[in-house]
Amino acid sequence: MTHLNFRRRGLAFGLSGAIMALAAPTLSYAADPEVLTLYSAQHEQVIDMLTAAFTKQTGIKVLSHAGEGPDIAHQLVQEGSASAADIFLTENSPELVLLDEKKLLAPVDPKTLAAVPPQDSPSSGHWVGVLARENVLTFNPKLIAETELPASLLDLADPKWKGKIAIAPSDSDFLPLVSAVLVLKGQEATLAWLKGLKANAQVFDDDEGVVAAVDRGAAATGIINSYYWARLATEQGMAKTQAQVYHFDNGDAGALVNISGAAILASSKNKDAAQKFLAFLVSKPTQSMLAASDVDFEYPLAAGVPVNAMMKPRSELHPPVISLEALGDDQPAAALLREAGLI
Amino acid sequence: MRWKPSRPIPAALLAAALLASLLVLAPIGWTAVLAWGVGAAGARMLLFRPLVGELLVNTLALISCTAMVATVIATAAAWCVERTDLPGRHIWAVLAVVPLALPSFITSFAWVSLSPALQDFGGALLVVTSSYFPLIYLPVAAALRSMDPSLEETARSLGLGLWQVFARVTLPHLRPALLGGILLVALNTLTEFGAFALLRFRTLTTEIFAIYRTSFDNSEAALFGILLILLCVLCLMAESWSRRQARYDRIARGVVRPASRVALGRLRLPVLAGFGMLSLVTLGVPFGMILYWLTQHNSAATSVAAANLPDVLSATWASLRLALGGTAVTMALALPLGFLATRYDGRLVALLERTAYLSQGMPGIVLALAMISITITLLRPLYQSAFLLMVVYAVLFLPLALVSVRAAFGQVQRGLEEAGRAAGLGWFATVWRVLLPLAGPGLGAAAAMVFVSVITELTATLLMAPIGTRTLAVQVWANTTTLAFAAAAPYAALMAALSLLSAWVLARRFGLVRGV
Repeated sequence: MTHLNFRRRGLAFGLSGAIMALAAPTLSYAADPEVLTLYSAQHEQVIDMLTAAFTKQTGIKVLSHAGEGPDIAHQLVQEGSASAADIFLTENSPELVLLDEKKLLAPVDPKTLAAVPPQDSPSSGHWVGVLARENVLTFNPKLIAETELPASLLDLADPKWKGKIAIAPSDSDFLPLVSAVLVLKGQEATLAWLKGLKANAQVFDDDEGVVAAVDRGAAATGIINSYYWARLATEQGMAKTQAQVYHFDNGDAGALVNISGAAILASSKNKDAAQKFLAFLVSKPTQSMLAASDVDFEYPLAAGVPVNAMMKPRSELHPPVISLEALGDDQPAAALLREAGLI
Repeated sequence: MRWKPSRPIPAALLAAALLASLLVLAPIGWTAVLAWGVGAAGARMLLFRPLVGELLVNTLALISCTAMVATVIATAAAWCVERTDLPGRHIWAVLAVVPLALPSFITSFAWVSLSPALQDFGGALLVVTSSYFPLIYLPVAAALRSMDPSLEETARSLGLGLWQVFARVTLPHLRPALLGGILLVALNTLTEFGAFALLRFRTLTTEIFAIYRTSFDNSEAALFGILLILLCVLCLMAESWSRRQARYDRIARGVVRPASRVALGRLRLPVLAGFGMLSLVTLGVPFGMILYWLTQHNSAATSVAAANLPDVLSATWASLRLALGGTAVTMALALPLGFLATRYDGRLVALLERTAYLSQGMPGIVLALAMISITITLLRPLYQSAFLLMVVYAVLFLPLALVSVRAAFGQVQRGLEEAGRAAGLGWFATVWRVLLPLAGPGLGAAAAMVFVSVITELTATLLMAPIGTRTLAVQVWANTTTLAFAAAAPYAALMAALSLLSAWVLARRFGLVRGV
């Protein structure tokens, strides 16, 4: 009986030991200089490519945590100085502007900043532009001819577009577009435009949903980043893809080019390794790898790296001229979206 | 009932049970406090807007349509299996339950990758109906089995036709089972997140995630969370009410004589075709699509992102590790509570037990957001830890474990424990050396069910997985949301295989599905 008893007690210790053993590996992240923690709002496939290449090159491991830009920014604000994050890599600039306003970011190495055009990084030097993505209108030629498409994004609020447009106001890519309209046209016009969209548009959760809806003919047009059209076309095959891309022109708000950027958290204890990662991101080999990958469809910012062949060359785009600081932190845009009843 | 139990409860046991209740109540309370922060005017603005109306209409329309379609399919299938000479009915009985073991977001992945045209109400109806109709099939089949056949036979002998017997005798008997099943379907549809998010169908649950993603403020998501909890609790209350209502008992005790079976005759082929179609839709398409995308591995489709073996292995290990730990924590909470509920009385005990069941009304997304917020504010060392995620699993699946733990303890004769006490063992030693060994198989079943549930859990895992940890579910999610279906396939296949395998072992070992 004692033997049995001992065995059972062993089981109890074993059980609690197992819980601890299973839970332990992630309970403690000390500031190991060979491990970086990356919070990312980029697609995980892109992150995996980047971190694998970086680890191969430097021997520094990267742990990543994925989410959407605004929720990660919110998380970083809440975590404050105790955050596990060393680096934040995002899809759009406003989240970085917000964190910079909250004094949560550390200065980026000037050599890294010099690798990309100065207008694609903020004047504070607290984060660096890495890639750019273009806003476009996707359309289904079976439902609407290219010649009927509007000259401006703002025309889509006109009642004649009722039922012909798909949008994803809760996608983090939509907010910067609203911020751009706000800068160019002012508060009142933006709200009127959003209310028009609310009346006209089918609402989806994200850009992937919008482009898929246009592709299957559930909506004639949709507001997306060109990235998502390229992704759908790659996965389905171009021959099977109905949706096409229409570029706004003449500096229209709809032609906005967003900057994907990266920053080092002021609270990071691994700033040297983090600086290496940022330098790696804007280096020519990394940017060429991304552009050639058929995984990422953003515009490389390093000089002399051509964009993926599916995309229209950046020199042929005519985006509105809005500085990163003027585009701001998306907070007024979010308030207007709410006021218009879109989110 | 008196507050004071007739026997004193050992302090350690009481403390363990109180901890479980606290873990269930704390996130609800936290969410309520956050939601309170919105204020009356804010709440009015947020709740009374067109978007909320649309979401409620979406959610309620989907629930009612699913309930109707699933009721018809499940009742027809159960009646054919239990009351006719349908060929191969033992196999059909199993196939009708298997969809439960397939996570609904895997079904969703399969249909979405078949055609983006399904990203709509129709697709959502298809996916939830095929995932959840077993929830109605199971109780209805059980009710048919336990029904005294002499009732139907008497009705036949009095001159009623088959349809009339079904409508006037059988159906009223099935009503409690049907109602219970329908409410379970409603509850699952309310809390389902992954399947709808992949289908891009917007419900209250997906909206909470969307708000969380775009907002810099916790309170709005909390307000919607409270609304969702209220709806779920309403379902739960209705379900427990329906169970108390109209119970049809046989007066004669003893084994039920099996009902005589109706010969299908000329209808045999159409009925068989119907069962074939049902299995094709609920199982054939999901597995077919997973296999299809697996074979696309080296062609054009992999270009978006390829899964590779090390990633697949590390995701499998992460899933297993979290599931084992989650099961251990769940059982650690369920065992004392189950023991308390079967061995002590009094109002306090009843209250503690009911509190544990309350967590059924808490959707995973609301629980996860609350736990993140609680730990980030008050319990920093637990924030982003694997242990916290295991605790969240334990809260989510405590009711599931508790049902089986309670049943297992209930089957052990009290006399044996009393003998142990009389032989001089303390209560802990009695539990350890008498009760646990006797209740072993039942406890094993409880643990196995929790394990399967954790493996297939998506929502909390997605929000709370420790930095750098990606489970099978998270990988399916990350790839499917970015339209990389081929890359999602190996993870989906592994997850479906693990889940089916555990369900099969469970059924073989404990005979949960008749006819296996």
